[in-house]
Order: sequence, then structure tokens, then C-alpha cells
Amino acid sequence: MTGPELGLAVSVFLACAVESVEALTIVLAVGTTRSWRSALTGVGAAVAALAALTAVLGPALTSVPLQSLRLVVGGLLLIFGLQWLRKAILRAGGSKALHDELAAYERERNAARGAGAVGSGLDPYAFAIAFKGVLLEGLEVVFIVLTFGANQHRIGLAAAAAGVAVLLVTVVGVAIHAPLQRVPENTLKFVVGVMLTSFGTFWGAEGAGAHWPGGDAALLVLVPATLLFSLCLVTAVRRKSRDADTMASQVTVRP
Amino acid sequence: MRLVPRLRALALFVWDFVVGDDWRLAVGVAVGLAATALVAAAEVAAWWLLPALAGTFLTISVWRASKARG
Repeated sequence: MTGPELGLAVSVFLACAVESVEALTIVLAVGTTRSWRSALTGVGAAVAALAALTAVLGPALTSVPLQSLRLVVGGLLLIFGLQWLRKAILRAGGSKALHDELAAYERERNAARGAGAVGSGLDPYAFAIAFKGVLLEGLEVVFIVLTFGANQHRIGLAAAAAGVAVLLVTVVGVAIHAPLQRVPENTLKFVVGVMLTSFGTFWGAEGAGAHWPGGDAALLVLVPATLLFSLCLVTAVRRKSRDADTMASQVTVRP
Repeated sequence: MRLVPRLRALALFVWDFVVGDDWRLAVGVAVGLAATALVAAAEVAAWWLLPALAGTFLTISVWRASKARG
């Protein structure tokens, strides 16, 4: 496996694992509160829709000329990566609340309890919530699978990495029968943000006509440089949050 | 009859999905790609431009968001 292929597999695996954890929380909440059969039917329908989308768009993307594909896909991947990274930096720096899987689980359960009585047939609420949750979380994964896979003509590898992540999260979720609150979601999102930003920058610049010194080997510098830069931003945001808290406490204490 | 609201909802979803929380980052990427294409077309080394602009726009975006909180 080459370096870019390893990067592809790791990025897709981590992105898919994070999104699967969030989808699992929603499915568990409606499954335990209302109807497992309806929730799992919703999951099945969403997975089928996502698989169909990948099957249709995958071959279409690989037939686009590489230069144009890299420009468009690299640009989109960079926008996506910067958004993931921005959120992860703000969370790591204490400027945005961390995603709490247990709180999200309780919120979903309360909403499910308040959604009326459960009938004997298919429960539309459980079906719709599970379908929507898996579809929305899965769309980001499909986007990452397609963009990474098409750029390297390895959609099969990207889909396999995504499949392993979904399987792993599902097996652990079924085993413990609770939301996976101990998964370090923000750290994973931070890593995915770094990878998407690095690969997006690399492909986007290539698509725009630039030539990287060293070719693919430039990624070996780009990924650690992006990581280092992001960690510096985390330190700066953390310092700023601390200063803001100190000022706020001084204002509160002062009569 | 209900096509317009549905199309509007779809457009909003696509906007939110692609652009996300801060539209400035998307604009920054578009500017970075255009600038890279222009410099590369002049046969000058352009590989450094996109990472430099991406880093600048990310810093501005993070700074603005943390300022809003502080």
C-alpha cells in the first residue's frame, strides 16, 4: 500500500467511525424507546440509499478527467476539511462545547418518548428518525469515500475502509448496548480534519496547475505541517479562552 | 405547487452541507484555487499559495469564532 493509499484508508476509516458513532446514538435512542424493528428498517433503507448513491456517482466520477476532478474535488475536500478542523480546534481550545454522546442520547430518547404512542405495525417516528440520522451522517462519509476514492481510482479501498469502520462501531454498539461516549470524538475529528485539509490542498493545487516539489512525497510534509499549524491554533485559542475566563471572573468578583 | 419550498429546502441543505458554519472558508478556498491557477499559468511556482491562503483563512475563521465566544 502506497503512502497516499494509506492516507486514504485512515482518513475514510476515522471519518466513518466518527459519523457511525453519532448515527448509532440516534438509532439506539429510538430503538430502545420505541421500536427496534422500525428503527432497523430505517437504518436498512438509509444504507441502501447511500450504497445506491455511491454506486451511481462512483463510476461517473472516475470517468471525469483527472485534472478537472482534482480541482473540483480537491477544492470541496479542502472546504470540508477546514470546516472539520475549525470545529475541532475551537472544541480543543475550549471555545466550543465538546460533543456529548450521552446528552445527545438522552435528548433523542426524550423526544422519542414525547412522540405519541407506538402502534403495532411499523412505527413511522422510529423509522423516520433512524433513516434521517443514518442518511445525514452517512452522506458526509459517502462524500469522503467518493472524493478520496475517485482521486486515486481506489473507490473499492475507500468503501472497504468505510465498511470496516461501520462494522466495528456496530459490533461494539450491539455488545455494550449504549452510546459510545468514551470514543474520543473530537480527537478523531481533528485527525480527519487534518487529513482532509492536507489531501484537499494537495489535489486542489495540482488541479489548479501547480506542481508539488517531490510529487506525492510532498504529502509527507503537508500532513505534519497542517497538524502542527492546527495545534498552534489550539494553543492560541486555549490561551484566549483562559484570558477571557480570567477577565470574566475578575469582573464578577469586583463589587 | 409545493416544488418551490422543496427546492429551497434542498438548496439550503446543499449550502449547509458544502459551505458549513463559515462561508468565508469556502470563499477563501475559491480565491486560493483561482490565485494558484493564475500564478501557475504564468509558469511560476504556485504550490505554496493554496496552503498559505488556507492557513490564513482558517486562522481568521477560528479567531473570529473564539472572539465571538469571548
